[in-house]
Amino acid sequence: MTDIRPPLLEMKNISKHFGATKALDGVDFACRAGEVHAVLGENGAGKSTLMKLIAGVLQPTHGQLRVDGQDVALNTPQDALRHGLVCMFQELSLVPDLTVRENLLLGAPGAGLGWLRGTGLSDAQDVLNRIGGDQIKMGARVADLTLPQRQQVEIAKAIMKKPRLLILDEATSALSASVVDRVFELVREARDGGTAVLFISHRFHEVEALADRVSVFRNGQRVETFLKGAHDYGEIIDMMVGQKIEELFPQKPAGLSNAEVVLDVRSFSWEDRVKDVSLSVRRGQIVGLGGLDGQGQGAFLMGLFGLLRKADGTTAIAGQTSDITSPKVAKHQDIALAYVPEDRKTEGLILDQSIQENLELAALGRTDLDAGDAALYSGSLDQLALKHGGLDLPVSSLSGGNQQKVVLAKWLALKPRCLLLADPTRGIDVKTKTQIYAILRQLADQGTAILLLSTDYEELIQLCDETHVFFDGAIVASLKGAELTPQNIIAATLNVATNEAARHA
Amino acid sequence: MLDYMRSNRREVIAGLVLIALLATYLGTHPRGASTYVMTIWANQCLILGLAACAQFFAVVVRGIDLSVGAVMALTNCIASYLLDGSASGIAFGMVAVVAAGALCGLLNGVIIVFGRIQPIVVTLATASVFIGIALLLRPTPGGAVNYDLADAMTLDFLGIPTALVITAVAVVGFWLPFRRTGLGLGLYALGSSEQAAFQSGIDTRFIRLAAFTLAGLFGGLAGLFYSFVTTTGDAGIAAGFTLNSIAAVVLGGVLLRGGVGSLVGALAGAFILKTIASLMFFSGIPSLAQPLFEGLILAGAIAIGGADVLRARNKLEVYS
Repeated sequence: MTDIRPPLLEMKNISKHFGATKALDGVDFACRAGEVHAVLGENGAGKSTLMKLIAGVLQPTHGQLRVDGQDVALNTPQDALRHGLVCMFQELSLVPDLTVRENLLLGAPGAGLGWLRGTGLSDAQDVLNRIGGDQIKMGARVADLTLPQRQQVEIAKAIMKKPRLLILDEATSALSASVVDRVFELVREARDGGTAVLFISHRFHEVEALADRVSVFRNGQRVETFLKGAHDYGEIIDMMVGQKIEELFPQKPAGLSNAEVVLDVRSFSWEDRVKDVSLSVRRGQIVGLGGLDGQGQGAFLMGLFGLLRKADGTTAIAGQTSDITSPKVAKHQDIALAYVPEDRKTEGLILDQSIQENLELAALGRTDLDAGDAALYSGSLDQLALKHGGLDLPVSSLSGGNQQKVVLAKWLALKPRCLLLADPTRGIDVKTKTQIYAILRQLADQGTAILLLSTDYEELIQLCDETHVFFDGAIVASLKGAELTPQNIIAATLNVATNEAARHA
Repeated sequence: MLDYMRSNRREVIAGLVLIALLATYLGTHPRGASTYVMTIWANQCLILGLAACAQFFAVVVRGIDLSVGAVMALTNCIASYLLDGSASGIAFGMVAVVAAGALCGLLNGVIIVFGRIQPIVVTLATASVFIGIALLLRPTPGGAVNYDLADAMTLDFLGIPTALVITAVAVVGFWLPFRRTGLGLGLYALGSSEQAAFQSGIDTRFIRLAAFTLAGLFGGLAGLFYSFVTTTGDAGIAAGFTLNSIAAVVLGGVLLRGGVGSLVGALAGAFILKTIASLMFFSGIPSLAQPLFEGLILAGAIAIGGADVLRARNKLEVYS
């Protein structure tokens, strides 16, 4: 069946530059009515930028967008909405202080600045009922909802706008498998009614279940577009990464199970977000923490570093039980923990200050170190191959990957016994990732214990000696050696048993 | 009903505090709960109440308006020229006074939105400009306001102070319907999460312009009512009203981080603040020590409002 109509949405030679970084570079892309088009790519491949261009949140540096074959300029989200292009954003677009009802009305079709009649609310309620959100009260404040409930409201909000093109950007990342199935049913219905759907997900089985066509992006370019089933899983991964996965990661050493334990955590709990977590990291080990976003693994790392109040459990560093109540205690030479936070731009760096000033931040307050001594940092900067135009330039002048290197270097200056990393390679290009992997392995070989939280399960498999998967605040699976397979990790992530996992259990 | 009380708990608490304070005040006042006492009290409260409404519109969109008092001073001076003479002239004058306030607010908004400058800086600068113009108009206090009109607005209506009738009209006739419009919703969305509002297809620039224009308009209304109470024009009233308007919105449960609170809360906060001041007057505390006690009460009330921080279990949330 060939469709002679112009595609619903067409992008011609689209580029988007942020300073020197090319998020998208000369991309041609088309999406037809009545199909689900999956967009795959690593973090930083340009997927989210592409979606933001379509949603009118960003404007392209070069190139042209067409809707129904007509050139259009999408300068604001309202422009995109007028053309029926609706995006469900990965970063939630709900207003925390308003109620569910008010959020649904916000920017709804027909709701201008005047009197709000509440048309469409019943549609939204129907959608919520269908996707298992019937217990969500219309009068509840969004800030009081759980993450999955917020995603359900986001979905209802997007669908009540009756989109011609619906973008789902990691729209179901926090939802349980049964709810995801109901959402997909709804999406298929919309597709059969002629809606075009753009679907971004890191979960291959979801792409498998939903997509008609797949486009793979890498480094801001579209690599290939093909019908689902034309390439198998391994080939798609190779396309996303651009090289064989095995080549990205350093060799794992054998036989660390007898090394001394550096970090030993027993029964760590916090509020109801982290539940009775126990684990240990040996000298030279890289231990992975996996799971969907917000399952407690991030809070666990924060807690180890003394950022959470009233956390229970005991932490022992090199056999010494330590009461880590603040980052200042955690970085003291007797404990020597280092924490690389998830959001390097707000928590890891002071963007307006110079590279040098940022490097000195962690060493300040350590009585045994002179933070101003350049020799503290030169070693790790060479090792990390930091590309910069001068250490006195603001750290914001660096690319994302090099910014992350600065965060790492400032902690390495303290020669930490144990390194806590929260998704350190998120949004970083493949080359820098490879460098970071190599350095982490090298640090481990030199005797640093490493605890690595990652959302990329290839890292959990290829880099880590052992991986603990979190679900709803608790560790649901601890995998090592031959058990470290994508299937096992995904199954544990969703807290379902696979045959393979069952065999090992 | 319980759900309603819970979701509006800030206003409910402010309302209860106000009733308790008012009862104490009327109890200690030598002339008790007479119309005379109530009218004077209500007039003082409403002046600050309207100023707090002005401040509310700036604060709810995560801004602040340091020109509230200056707009009052300017509109008060304009009023002292225009509110006397023929009936049609006075009617025109009242419209002109309020329009002048709205224009001041619009100017603030235009500079903030299109100049991309922080509200605190912009309004600090424009406040000086407005006071400067007011001083040119009235170098020394003077002028006159039609007494019949001033009496009608500041005495009582069937025994109920006119100021309370005006307050009720502002809440029932303006605020409650306004809250149910797209603009009303947009103000909260912008203050709570500008990014979410933008991504939802809200015209954030228009909303911010509208918010500061409304702030100016209520500043103008405050200046107009102040003119009815004092029947003269005075360019020197700005400083006290600006700071008290900020204190009032905080007392009324409006969060300075934006997105939370209501006009009812702002009004209640202003009434509380004025009632405390009146109580002091009759309490026997030496008049020189009154600012000290007012300040302590205010600091205590604000500390209670900030107690949420103690509940934060993730230390990073304290800084965000």
